[in-house]
Amino acid sequence: MGVDRRKFVKIAGAAALGLTAAPPIKLFSSETEEKADTSLCNTATDSCVCKPPEVDPVEQGLKKDPTRWAMVVNLGECRKHEDCKDCILACHETHNVPDFPKKKDEVKWIWKEQFSHAFHEVENEFGDEELNHSPALLLCNHCDNPPCVKVCPTQATWKREQDGIVMMDWHRCIGCRYCLAACPYGSRSFNYRDPRPHIKEINTDFPTRMRGVVEKCTFCDERLAEGKLPACVDACKYGCLTFGDLEDADSKVRELLHSHFTIRRKPGLGTQPEVFYIV
Amino acid sequence: MFDGGKIITGLIIFLIIITFPVWYNAVNGQAGERPEIEIATKDTPGKNECVLPADVMRTDHMDLVMQWRDEVVRHDDRTFKTENGREFTKSLTHTCLDCHSNKDAFCDQCHNYVGVDPYCWDCHIVPQDFEKGVK
Repeated sequence: MGVDRRKFVKIAGAAALGLTAAPPIKLFSSETEEKADTSLCNTATDSCVCKPPEVDPVEQGLKKDPTRWAMVVNLGECRKHEDCKDCILACHETHNVPDFPKKKDEVKWIWKEQFSHAFHEVENEFGDEELNHSPALLLCNHCDNPPCVKVCPTQATWKREQDGIVMMDWHRCIGCRYCLAACPYGSRSFNYRDPRPHIKEINTDFPTRMRGVVEKCTFCDERLAEGKLPACVDACKYGCLTFGDLEDADSKVRELLHSHFTIRRKPGLGTQPEVFYIV
Repeated sequence: MFDGGKIITGLIIFLIIITFPVWYNAVNGQAGERPEIEIATKDTPGKNECVLPADVMRTDHMDLVMQWRDEVVRHDDRTFKTENGREFTKSLTHTCLDCHSNKDAFCDQCHNYVGVDPYCWDCHIVPQDFEKGVK
């Protein structure tokens, strides 16, 4: 009649032992399971979109001569046109940057700030009053040693090896805002609200962002790819903004840096900004 | 069995309720319904062929789009070469939607049918929606 308790415990014990035996047997089995992940491949047509692309890094421009994009802002000239917002408008229109009514929600890629606030380490109480109160044009410095990149847990922001641009991957940003805390220049903005309803005129060539994503200037990487200058540089009718390659000794930026005394924001932090200011 | 009648009646009612979606569609004549997609193509000479064969696109387009996304954003690699050597810009809103300009009748048909909600459109813009004045 049936299984008594003693027999049941024996069988249960043997079964438990059997279960624990599987992993070591698998471990020592000669058959190594190195099956390629073919689940995404279409075997019928023998073509596979998921295989890594055969990219020639040189041909694709990934490893061309090193480039280091930089910008020189001529504040002396810019200051003369205090009310001009051409660069800001051009940038924000090109990149669908929202314009929130409340200052606390503000999203900005390029903006003006009082000189003595932006460059407080060179500010002088008895210095030129006019200079101290004049506006300075600020944007992401695309630091050579970017603190925002170090803190990003998902590598949603990273420094592009080939040209030094501090890029943003909005697909990957999880909105933790570590980068906002790390950036010493306030160059990053967070979308606390859905930005779409607050974009005046949507540029259909560029995506918007969604709520919960950080955004900032990317030196117009999408325009550079087409061989165009950044939108702000293009928009400045007074020629205050100069964009170029620091690695190229004959570039306009190198020429300006050679012929003028320039300052950078918070140089003591060692972030090595790539945006230079002629005061 | 005590209360056999009640239990069996209860079970039958339970089965009817849980299979509601199946027989409701069957009664409505929607059981065999399949999405009808409209492959809207712009009359662009030489471009009436997709970047990959249609059956591959049908099963793997989502992987291709993800792959393009990573290559463009992370590697600045923006051109896709087809097997017969034609070149396309890796762009969802331009290259894909240039031909398949009718998102409602093309993308959405199947996506709605299988109940997927791709988050592409949270940020990416359907240019045609703006041409039509829909925001």
